[in-house]
Amino acid sequence: MLRRTFGLAAAGLAASVAMTPSLGFAQEGKKVTIGVSIPAADHGWTAGVVFHAERVAKLLMAEHKGLNVIVKTSADPASQANAVQDLAVQGIDALVILPTDPDQLVSAIQQVKDDGKFVALVDRAPSVNDNTIRDLYVAGNNPALGEVAGQYIAKTTPDAEVVIIRGLPIPIDQQRQDGFDKGIAGSKVKVLDRQYGNWSRDDAFRVMQDYLTKYPKIDVVWCQDDDMAVGVLEAIQQAKRTDIQYVVGGAGSKDMIKRVMDGEKSTPVDVLYPPAMVATAMQLTAGNFYDQVPVSGNYILDATLVTKDNAKNFYFPDSPF
Amino acid sequence: MSVVASDTAKAPKTSKDWDMAAIAPFVALALLLVLGYFANPNFVSVANLTNVITRSAFIAIIALGATYVISSGGLDLSVGAMVAFVASLMILFMNTGAIADPMLMLIAAMLVALALGAACGLANGLITTVGKIEPFIATLGTMGIYRGLTTWLSQGGSITVRDRGLQQLYRPVYFGDVFGVPIPIIVIFATAALAAFVLYRTRYGRHLIAVGSNEEVARYSGISVQKVRTIAYIVQGLCVAVAVIIYVPRLGSTSATTGILWELQAITAVVVGGTALRGGVGRIWGTVCGAFILEIVGNIMLLSNFVSEYLIGAIQGAIIIIAMLVQRSLMRK
Repeated sequence: MLRRTFGLAAAGLAASVAMTPSLGFAQEGKKVTIGVSIPAADHGWTAGVVFHAERVAKLLMAEHKGLNVIVKTSADPASQANAVQDLAVQGIDALVILPTDPDQLVSAIQQVKDDGKFVALVDRAPSVNDNTIRDLYVAGNNPALGEVAGQYIAKTTPDAEVVIIRGLPIPIDQQRQDGFDKGIAGSKVKVLDRQYGNWSRDDAFRVMQDYLTKYPKIDVVWCQDDDMAVGVLEAIQQAKRTDIQYVVGGAGSKDMIKRVMDGEKSTPVDVLYPPAMVATAMQLTAGNFYDQVPVSGNYILDATLVTKDNAKNFYFPDSPF
Repeated sequence: MSVVASDTAKAPKTSKDWDMAAIAPFVALALLLVLGYFANPNFVSVANLTNVITRSAFIAIIALGATYVISSGGLDLSVGAMVAFVASLMILFMNTGAIADPMLMLIAAMLVALALGAACGLANGLITTVGKIEPFIATLGTMGIYRGLTTWLSQGGSITVRDRGLQQLYRPVYFGDVFGVPIPIIVIFATAALAAFVLYRTRYGRHLIAVGSNEEVARYSGISVQKVRTIAYIVQGLCVAVAVIIYVPRLGSTSATTGILWELQAITAVVVGGTALRGGVGRIWGTVCGAFILEIVGNIMLLSNFVSEYLIGAIQGAIIIIAMLVQRSLMRK
């Protein structure tokens, strides 16, 4: 994913350099403002979103002279609706939005779209997600995040007894669970238990301790989130249990990618759900204005399986996540 | 709870009143232990019970401070955010590497945590007493401040102890044990014993209860109400710091979500333990018992096979209410 973003950036840079002799003046003259509205950094993943949005905003503005990118963060749906209105008043040509809660922000987004602006929606989709409300939809693949993990477990440890730690009771969590079930369908992998860990390290630690009490033998833990994996690993280490062969997280935090890169046995793989997807949307939106490339439609990123071999492509030591 | 409060306020409490009210939470705890055994026989294993009680240490210790604040007639909603804030600054201090010797560094970091906790508590205390702002609003405000500063310090991500060696040295504070008793459990009982001594056996403790039961009367009796209340908030801050000192070695990191909603758990533990929310009564050992009850309810839910993961919240709420009803029926006798 990062490679892809960099690829796009590099391609864009190369294209603009190549075009400079003929189109240089025209391009400098073209003034475009892109408003980026994202959730405030309230946990690891959204912190990554903020980091990558700000990073790529700088890259894009350096690349295109007339381009202005305004990044606004909001803590909750109500303040994000206000932020979108503020951006619209400032006069934007495009809105890139990762909504805190899509259904509550539909009308604010609709208003921008109805004014004829370009709208790119990222990650979280409202119930109606078609070209009446947005031009571009960029998202990670939640069902695939579960499916890739399930397939890896079924392939690596065909008879594994697995315990699962879920996130919060919201649709994307359910999609990941359904994907996982699809991934292990037809194999002998057995799910012992599923409980909510609220995507929190402390709660995951608590749930894992209780799993260890409840089940004398556990082969694999699928906790679908790198933050929760931290708590899971501590609980296993404390119990000194050797039956657990490995833990599969998800998202792609720098700490977990580092562990995979270093070849730690307890975490052989990770599954990507990259916060940098907001940057993909920003790049594509800029491409729409400066390079006249068609970008409307759905852009679904793969839930790439990160292994020791490819981990370095996804490692971001400066990111907070 | 109001029954107890008025009993103790009106009539000099007889030994019988005192015993029933104090015993009630423990009866509820005993009933839960029986329930837990039927949910899953592994529940009563020593390993499980030590896990659960160790886990409850953070809430139990914070709730001890909350017992002081609440019995003085105050309230502190900022404790969860304060945990995150103090823990983050403690880790950042450890990461500066200001002191070369790891052991000295660790002791210095603990002292820093205690000083920060006391300072945060003092801020809460001064805003409510000198600033004369309702404790609910004042600590709601500082909750936002501490939480926001933590998010800012961590840039929304996490703050982790960088020095692996230091982390290894510190780990036993949560994971270690003395003669088989995990250190956090020792810390709970030591802190509770100290808190009980101060509350029941010193002049300050008696002043605190007097201020909580009737502020006017306390003032006319020559007690400095503001001073007593401010000290209660400082005690709360110190308790938060002690909780932080055993929290940090567990995962070695904090994030913007550390300690979210812990204030409500701490307040619940205090009330389940028999302390009246409107002040004037403080039950230290009841609070410790309340914290155990909260953690055990969650543990039983997870260990049982017959509760759907979707219903855990509902059943937890029901069990807490039933535990309270058991207590009240005991107290009426």
